[in-house]
Amino acid sequence: MAKPKVATASLAGCFGCHMSVLDIDDRILKLVELVEFNKSPINDIKKFTDRCAVGLIEGGCCNEENVRVLQDFRKNCDVLISVGECAIMGGIPAMRNTIPLKECLDEAYLNGPTVYNPAKKIPADKEIPLLLNRVYACHEVVKMDYHLPGCPPPADTIWEALVALLTGKPLKLSYELIKYD
Amino acid sequence: MSAKLQADIKEICSRHGNDATRMMDIVREAQLKLGCVPGEAMELIAAATGTKRVEVESVVTFYAFLSKKPKGRMVVRVCNDIVDRLQGFDEVAAAFKKELGVGFGETTADGLFSLEQTPCIGMCDQAPAALINDEVVTSLSPDAVKKLVADLKKNPDPKTLAHRYGDGANASELVHSMVNNNIRQKGEVIFAEMAPGAALKKAVAMTPAEVIREVKTARLRGRGGAGFPTGMKWEFTRKAAGEKRYVLCNADEGEPGTFKDRVLLTECPDLLLEGMAVAGYAIGAQLGIIYLRAEYAYLRRYLESVIEKRKAANLLGKSILGKAGFDFDVRIQMGAGAYVCGEETALISSCEGLRGDPKNRPPFPAEKGFMAAPTSVNNVETLCAAARVMERGAGWFAGIGSQGSPGTKLLSVSGDCKRPGVYEVPFGTTMADFLKLCGAEDAAAVQVGGPSGQMIGSADFGRKVCYDDLATGGSVIVFNPKRDVIEVARAFNEFFCEESCGYCTPCRSGNQLLRERLEKIAAGKGEPSDLDYLTGLCRTMKVASRCGLGQTAGNPVASTIKNFRAAYEKKLKPAADGLQPAFDLAAAVSTASEIAGRPSVHAD
Repeated sequence: MAKPKVATASLAGCFGCHMSVLDIDDRILKLVELVEFNKSPINDIKKFTDRCAVGLIEGGCCNEENVRVLQDFRKNCDVLISVGECAIMGGIPAMRNTIPLKECLDEAYLNGPTVYNPAKKIPADKEIPLLLNRVYACHEVVKMDYHLPGCPPPADTIWEALVALLTGKPLKLSYELIKYD
Repeated sequence: MSAKLQADIKEICSRHGNDATRMMDIVREAQLKLGCVPGEAMELIAAATGTKRVEVESVVTFYAFLSKKPKGRMVVRVCNDIVDRLQGFDEVAAAFKKELGVGFGETTADGLFSLEQTPCIGMCDQAPAALINDEVVTSLSPDAVKKLVADLKKNPDPKTLAHRYGDGANASELVHSMVNNNIRQKGEVIFAEMAPGAALKKAVAMTPAEVIREVKTARLRGRGGAGFPTGMKWEFTRKAAGEKRYVLCNADEGEPGTFKDRVLLTECPDLLLEGMAVAGYAIGAQLGIIYLRAEYAYLRRYLESVIEKRKAANLLGKSILGKAGFDFDVRIQMGAGAYVCGEETALISSCEGLRGDPKNRPPFPAEKGFMAAPTSVNNVETLCAAARVMERGAGWFAGIGSQGSPGTKLLSVSGDCKRPGVYEVPFGTTMADFLKLCGAEDAAAVQVGGPSGQMIGSADFGRKVCYDDLATGGSVIVFNPKRDVIEVARAFNEFFCEESCGYCTPCRSGNQLLRERLEKIAAGKGEPSDLDYLTGLCRTMKVASRCGLGQTAGNPVASTIKNFRAAYEKKLKPAADGLQPAFDLAAAVSTASEIAGRPSVHAD
């Protein structure tokens, strides 16, 4: 039987959750035995080449490209998991949600005390994805099947969750893996 | 800081003994005198009463009828509850906006008027209604608003608005209100005659323990909604350790659709005060407090006059009816516009001069209530019924009503019925019979017990009004088949969003989450899974909220989903391809697109 395929993406996140995936240390060898990575920054595959069993999403949606990528994942993955606070709740990027977008951009590019911008222009190049009016949690944009909390979720949490999911066994996370104080 | 302000505040505070526990009276009077309670006044009040400014500010900012910023000389508060909405709130609100030239939350340039909206003011039987300062104006129409505003501009005294007085005591010179009682059916417990002192005479002939036993034998239960056995409450309060004890009468009737206490306070104040004195005798209290909601301030002078009359007749005061050692006095504590103060521990907080925050229970008020002393908090109707139990005896009382719910219940009916008003019916009356009585044969849905109660459909009209079946504090709101139950649930949810005190997360956030999901459904973007989400959220709020407000705030949603599921399902469709139908990329990028001056690459 072909190995189940896994895809990952970092949207409006810091790559910390991906680092946590790598933190499973030598178990990554076991993981490779268990699964095959498809689209992911880990192997730098840019486009889905096949349908995937699991998609791991880090970060929420702060711009239109995030939305497109997330929708693409929804189309191509059987199970989608929000990994970490930003994917689940918006996280640090969502701190801008209480401030109108125009004010955010004005402060960043025009009015901030350290800004040097003689042209007085807010970057608007076509290559830069348009920002959303606020940062959205992943489940506000597409259906998410599971949430793995943490900032980042510990490597063991990700490992246990993936193994349980791929082997069809119930997931039991110990208290240490889901307490955050 | 002006000398006048200092003198005013000093005078107000000293009149209340510079007592921080009388903060509600102090800030209310400051508001009346100054049109607001500005920071300087708060400093002065804090200094005079030996408390901190933040304590004063927390009170001023908590209650809807108090404000830090100046308000107009006349504050118009238009009632926006569901019944008013069904009967013309929008047109009346538009008329006020047009005539005054300001929107809600604004004050006219001449400082004469402020326009606000307010939840139920207890006038659902004569909606649409509004408060103008303490005066109530009822059965409004755009024409009436036009005339009323013109009159007030000529003579800025809302007292002059009532050209025709309502029935009964509404016409007495101390009330002079256009409010009507609308008593549609009188029963033998509440709306029967009683000579002042008749119940008290019986009571003082017994020992307090015997009085309590009598009330227990009658199996009288609280009429406010929770239905706790009154005799047991009195017994706990009597037996709890403490030097002083108190009787608190909960006249903070804020549950939308409930207005029976308004009528009791107007027509039966003697019966109520009789009941309070009986309670005082039974538990050994020397002071009773009527916590009167700010919306009923128009009844205050009248109630005070009744208290004075009873003092003169030795039915209140020292050695009542000649019984040495039976001293009992009653005073009125005004509220300031907060629904949550109808919750007994929040009511106690408010009487103590604090924000209307509920307290943790236990200890229950019977053990540690007002000023940490044993306190019995009883509804207006309960105290009236208790007086009747004393007068006529437990056996007589227990013979009325149904097995588990002796006595009668006042129901205040409003909405789509021919005869809105107050009905005294024996417990055990079926909803179908009652709907016939009030002229609502075509009812499709009935909200029983107000927003915190439940909404039932015709399948449940055979059920009986009693504690074991359709429990209600008195509110019955009728909806005809044309009404949208989801819109009703949304209106109630909006009410709870506004009235949540914000202390605990399940209530503060839970109500907002309900609101968002209901909005999604109303916008036609709902999915079947939303109903499970809403049901689960309501359950969480019920289990995890700190007080009755949060515990019941999910009821309108939960009960409409349970009893009117088809109405919801009509609006739901499964989302295709795992996307969230409520997410609108084009809308989400519109601001950025405008700033960048180019269209989105991804949005359709």
